Amino acid sequence: MSSNFTGPPTDVTTVGGRSGTHYVAPLDETPLVGVDAVKVAEKRSNLWIDAWQDVRRRPMFWISAALILLVALVALFPGIFTQTPPNNNCILGNSNGGPADGHPLGFTKQGCDIYSRIVHGTSTSLSVGFIVIVLTTTLGILFGAFAGFYGGWVDAVLSRLGDIFFSIPYILAAVVIMSVLSQYRSVWSISLAIGVFAWPSTARVLRSEILRVKNADFVMASTALGLSRFKILLKHVLPNSIAPVIVITTISLAGAIVAEASLSFLGVGLGSNIMSWGNDINQAQNDLRSAPQTLILPSIALSVTVFAFISLGEVVRDALDPKARALR
Amino acid sequence: MTGYIFRRILQAIPVFMGTTFLIYFMVFAMPGDPIVALFGDKTPNPAVVAQLRAQYHLDQPFIVQYLIYLGGIFRGDFGLSFSGEPVTAILARTFPVTARLAILALLFETFFGILVGLISGLRKGKLFDASSLAVSLVLISLPIFVIAFVGQYVFGVWLGWARTTVGSGAPLQDLILPALVLASVSFAQIVRLTRASVIETSGLDFVRTAYSKGLSSRRVIPVHILRNSLIPVVTYLATDFGVLLVGATITEGIFNVPGVGNTLYQAIIRGEGPTVVSFVTVMVLIYLVVNILVDLFYGLLDPRIRYVK
Repeated sequence: MSSNFTGPPTDVTTVGGRSGTHYVAPLDETPLVGVDAVKVAEKRSNLWIDAWQDVRRRPMFWISAALILLVALVALFPGIFTQTPPNNNCILGNSNGGPADGHPLGFTKQGCDIYSRIVHGTSTSLSVGFIVIVLTTTLGILFGAFAGFYGGWVDAVLSRLGDIFFSIPYILAAVVIMSVLSQYRSVWSISLAIGVFAWPSTARVLRSEILRVKNADFVMASTALGLSRFKILLKHVLPNSIAPVIVITTISLAGAIVAEASLSFLGVGLGSNIMSWGNDINQAQNDLRSAPQTLILPSIALSVTVFAFISLGEVVRDALDPKARALR
Repeated sequence: MTGYIFRRILQAIPVFMGTTFLIYFMVFAMPGDPIVALFGDKTPNPAVVAQLRAQYHLDQPFIVQYLIYLGGIFRGDFGLSFSGEPVTAILARTFPVTARLAILALLFETFFGILVGLISGLRKGKLFDASSLAVSLVLISLPIFVIAFVGQYVFGVWLGWARTTVGSGAPLQDLILPALVLASVSFAQIVRLTRASVIETSGLDFVRTAYSKGLSSRRVIPVHILRNSLIPVVTYLATDFGVLLVGATITEGIFNVPGVGNTLYQAIIRGEGPTVVSFVTVMVLIYLVVNILVDLFYGLLDPRIRYVK
């Protein structure tokens, strides 16, 4: 870089006097006004600190966080919430019965305790949700990051591949996989069936974010400093484009829970030996007229769980995206 | 425009090949014998197995099987259903019903969605806005089969306003409740999209100009704000078509609507693998075609899309 700047300006204006080419007011003519003090001790801020400051003021965040905490507790320690086993001690005489002593929500058609079945079904829903998001996030980051960062033919191949998976609605794809895998129905196989077709939305979100970030100055600076392309992607581009991935992950967790329940409801999901809200809803559908509570209660558990994750996703999206913040 | 149409269709070919290949691969290259799976728990007769194996060309190499299957699709041959009826004949019978249900649902969700979203956006932060946001969040969180059962119970059993199952021939008044259920999820999404879009557009310079040159809000709101806010909604409707197809499968099953979705639903419930695959293929093809059509329509609306990429 050639420099045109050779030194301090030769035309020095004396403060307080009248010399040089332009007028400078003498100190006694205008009173000194204090400028805004620069707070040196102020805490540094970044996207995540800002987002936290925003999120902690929103009641919706605390409501959804509390719900998720509760659901997670129920999933991890069902024993705290109920002593009644979900499958044993089912007495057909209690079929579709109302609340009784020790059975606060009544009984299913098979005479099992509804409350206990809901409590024990929680871990199934959450397990499927978490396995699916591990899958979709891994695949989504791999495909999205390489496609967005390397561009060119890598992008063309990876994006077309994503298009193909995206073109099959993932519940329909899972229906096909699960009908084929009818002998292998488990939490793992259903999560695989959902996850394998649900990742392209994560990849698309990450790819477009990386396309935006990779032209930033700090990326050019790292290139100038001699960092390899892969290290730039890993250390600078990815951490700066991960925010929308977190939002879509929260929402796809809710989507995966719905997908598992839908598949179980259709009878191609989990086997009847596995506790699942979808299975219970499936079992209860023929008694909608006579015993609506057997269908409504697991539906409420399912909907509240999904609601918690979706609203958390929305709150986090609002916090991470200044444009979304303006809409409130 | 011709070049754009050509390019868009050319782009669809690898996706079409890929999706059909994937579906085919999922069914025939998975662990487990598809022919044995057909029989469920029963032990099949070896002669029947051999005959079915020949019928589905399972004695040929995988890629040959796929090409035979692909050739069938091009000739409009989607195979036979479990009861031996050609899939195309079932489609001809059931498609009009599903089309009627889907169009009704699309009308409901776009009309009410845009209306509620517009009012919400114009009254940002007021009571109406807050409550419509809350209602839409709840609707998004409810799986469609829960909405269907609640609708069936409240309007069918409890209030007695509608029939819980749709009669033969699917008369329009019977389809209103299933269509409302099918529309509910997308309705909530359209409300949110329209609201966000209206708020964004209302803050733009041309709206201020319109007001400052003395136009009344009766002109500015529909012509300047609403029209410019609808582009994301059109895009959403296209991507949402897959959700509509899955929703139609479940809604038609629960309300017993004699449509394409119900045929798939019944096949899933009875575990009729080949029928499931045929109908999923049909639905994926419909989805692909709709997306191409929407893209073409979109290119017609917005010239920028035709030229970029």
